[in-house]
Amino acid sequence: MIKTPAFFIDMQICTGCKTCMVACKDKNDLAQGLRWRRVYEFSGGDWIASADGTFTQDVFAYYISVSCNHCQDPICVESCPSRAMHKNEYGIVLIDSKKCVGCRYCEWACPYSAPQFDRSNGIMTKCDFCQTQIQEGRDPCCVEACPTHALSFGDYDDLITLHGEKALIAPLPFPEMTSPNLVITAPKQARSQGNTNGLIQNPEEVKDA
Amino acid sequence: METHNPPDKIVWSTCNVNCGSRCPVRLHVKNGSVVRVESDITDDDSSGTQQIRACLRGRGLRKWIYSPERLLYPMKRTGKRGEGKFTRISWDQAFDLIASKLKHIIDRYGNEAVYRHYGTGNLGGVVSHYNQIERLMNVLGGKLNYYNSYSTAQIHQAMTYLYGKTGTGNYISDIINSKLVVLFGNNPAETRMSGGGTIRDLVLAKRQSKVKVIVIDPLHTDTVTGFADEWIPIRPGTDAALVAGLAHVLILNGMVDNDFLNGYALGYDQSTMPEDIPEGNSYKDYILGSGADRTPKTPDWACSITGIPAKRIVQLAYEIGSTKPVYIAQGWGPQRHANGEQAARAICMLPILTGNVGVKGGNSGDREAAWGIDWPVMPVGENPVKTSIPCFLWTKAIENPTGFTDLNSGLRGKKHLEVPIKFLWCFASNALINQHSDINQTRRILKDDTQCEMIVLIENVMSTSARYADVLLPGTSSFEERDLAYQGYAVEMGVLMVREKAIEPMGECRTLFDICAGIARHMGVEKDFTNGMDHDQWVEKMYHQCRKLKPELPIDFSKALEKGLYKWPRSGNSFAGLASFRKNPEKYPLSTPSGKIEIFSQRLWEMAQTWELPEGDSIKALPEYLSTWGMPHETDAALYPLQLVGHHSKPRTHSSYGNNEWLKEASPQALWINPLDAIPRGIEHGDLVKVFNDIGATMVRAKVTPRIMPGVLSLPQGAWYNPDREGIDQGGCINTLTSHRPSPIAKGNPQHTNLVQVVKEKSNP
Repeated sequence: MIKTPAFFIDMQICTGCKTCMVACKDKNDLAQGLRWRRVYEFSGGDWIASADGTFTQDVFAYYISVSCNHCQDPICVESCPSRAMHKNEYGIVLIDSKKCVGCRYCEWACPYSAPQFDRSNGIMTKCDFCQTQIQEGRDPCCVEACPTHALSFGDYDDLITLHGEKALIAPLPFPEMTSPNLVITAPKQARSQGNTNGLIQNPEEVKDA
Repeated sequence: METHNPPDKIVWSTCNVNCGSRCPVRLHVKNGSVVRVESDITDDDSSGTQQIRACLRGRGLRKWIYSPERLLYPMKRTGKRGEGKFTRISWDQAFDLIASKLKHIIDRYGNEAVYRHYGTGNLGGVVSHYNQIERLMNVLGGKLNYYNSYSTAQIHQAMTYLYGKTGTGNYISDIINSKLVVLFGNNPAETRMSGGGTIRDLVLAKRQSKVKVIVIDPLHTDTVTGFADEWIPIRPGTDAALVAGLAHVLILNGMVDNDFLNGYALGYDQSTMPEDIPEGNSYKDYILGSGADRTPKTPDWACSITGIPAKRIVQLAYEIGSTKPVYIAQGWGPQRHANGEQAARAICMLPILTGNVGVKGGNSGDREAAWGIDWPVMPVGENPVKTSIPCFLWTKAIENPTGFTDLNSGLRGKKHLEVPIKFLWCFASNALINQHSDINQTRRILKDDTQCEMIVLIENVMSTSARYADVLLPGTSSFEERDLAYQGYAVEMGVLMVREKAIEPMGECRTLFDICAGIARHMGVEKDFTNGMDHDQWVEKMYHQCRKLKPELPIDFSKALEKGLYKWPRSGNSFAGLASFRKNPEKYPLSTPSGKIEIFSQRLWEMAQTWELPEGDSIKALPEYLSTWGMPHETDAALYPLQLVGHHSKPRTHSSYGNNEWLKEASPQALWINPLDAIPRGIEHGDLVKVFNDIGATMVRAKVTPRIMPGVLSLPQGAWYNPDREGIDQGGCINTLTSHRPSPIAKGNPQHTNLVQVVKEKSNP
């Protein structure tokens, strides 16, 4: 097993196809509203109309696929009053469903909306890094599914050495909050964190259940 | 903690819809149900045999196969046609009903009154393929044919007049040899999503070459997001005007390849014009203003039509004209217009003017090419009926056969239709209602069951169209039958997929072969149809025919079922559809009448004199820009100021999977609208809006986004039509707003040519 499991996204070739999201739903049999992996569409820019009927614009858009980042400082673990949320010996943040009381504190605490409330069972659910599958030597389901191979995974330190970029772009939250194990290659049009010119264009597709 | 719960078996299957790709899926079966869908994780994933990773649609298959809309029993209509009232019947009763009506129609009207409607919801099968209906009808004396498709009618005909054939493009992977890539209305990130297909080839080639990619499209598509270095937004339907403006700069600044134009093409200037055509009709005359309209097609002329600043047009012309090779390709968006034949030919003018045709790293201007193995298809026999209609005009063939002629409707094989369509077959077709234009008009025509007397529809789910069936038959899904599938046309490798039956048929579902065999039995032609074989035996027979092409396939079919997936990298040296023509045009002439590229088409010149067109329509011998109905500046634009297109979007392939909850959740239907159009109308993101014109109306949520040009809306095509009690669609289906009026040459579907208005109905809750 890798020491610090992390996801890597090459955002220069992510087309926002959402195959990762649906593959995850299928593997984990997720009910409507549960999205262990979400794809944010971030876009902005202005249009200027000219008198001759033409337009100029500086529109930009990119997608970012986010699951649980199995953070180095998992705020969900810290905020869990029943100690259901924990990090296991392989660095994967998990919920002990026997201990979870469904208080949803972790959901409120997590800036990535990773823990998701399952209404039918009254408990929290989240990405488990497909740990059974990776123990078999395979990639996580979302990584195996990615048609453009934008998504991969590995040890955080290895990925940083290889790609060198932490997740420091909009609309992601500032990484200081949780130290997420998420490494990216930023898209060419990337905007920095806290950018106000762009907006999440698909709030209904990524909002909490 | 995930518990390890291994499936009883894992079998290979396929996703069968008409996206252009074809993906294998691995089905995990437990207790007789499919509990998980995986895709291709085999091979070393090197280019040429790369993993064919299914997109979200293939991954979401379970929610479709097990959807509440699955059809489980044969049914017959009880209420009025289209009311959706049915009663369950037995298969024998269904076969009896169909056979007796089919006999009656053939006896009374002849075989030309029987028609299989266009439909592509299930293209993945070899035995489970609409070819079975062709085969059955050929045994029974034939039926009326169609030509064209809803995907490519205009570009297909346009390429035939220009190059003498379609499929003239270079492979997309050839952009590794290009200095510049310019794509018009081409969005493989949503239309060619498979990991084995165009999108993956594009990723690999762009990564290797770092070539600059410019996308010209009204929408900032996912292809722009993922690949483009620059987006040039353009008003829908004006690609030909942009090309004319570019051509003006290219010609006046000496950036045209005169040797190529003189040696390979007709009609660029007077020197290569046909003798009997009056002067002033060459392409150069049209561009420079010495033609009939006396208008030079300057960038200033093109800018207000296209919405692209003149300065950018000039720059783009220099970019295209000052480097070689340039890969210029178009998707099928620009051609799905009332002037689509013109747009398709015009885009090809850029590589023709600059000599980028038939060379490495160049392209003909047609869509990127596909490569595949020419696998065997079901033998269907011979259709004695030669009469053929453009597939878009089937409703006219029901209503007005005597007014359906060669000169006004593109009828082939006859001067006019002699009988109306009385019996309609639909297999996996939602083009009866949802995907055909002007749903209100189509409903009106179909509601009268004295006109088309019988609609037999074979489907997996209760689609919008299924509600209009007289006899509704439940077909097995890909999970429930054994079959073969071949590569789609969006890959550069040959693929054979051997699909195993994963689960027993749900309810009383039957394979298409069994359904046709049952009808054949009741018509007294069973043996002629089946050749004494059942579905599985046909699958095995077709497999052994595949083995003749690829003898390395195992002789033992069960071994092939187990392995499931076979790939062969693209072979041969050719990189371009027109490479040999470019090398030696005398030895390898085109199949145009002149053997050359016909910039000026004498055939179209003559059609312009003889064909009967409605007022306002015209046929042009040159790839000129034409403004048409449904465009800005036309009279209807005062009431309906916004252009509406319907781009292909990720949660569906056309209307296939339109009821899949996972896909609807991942990417809900929404109207794309620019803030400059939304703000004055008080429309905010998520508001319920009404989109309407004289044809109809639909209700949908607004997606307020800068990713679409001002003045343009997009309602992604294929959402399921869902009328309320007042008949107003609540599903956001674009075909409530599109017209039955065909394009002039191809008689194709101009479903991106629409003018509408939009108003806010209700705020986002």
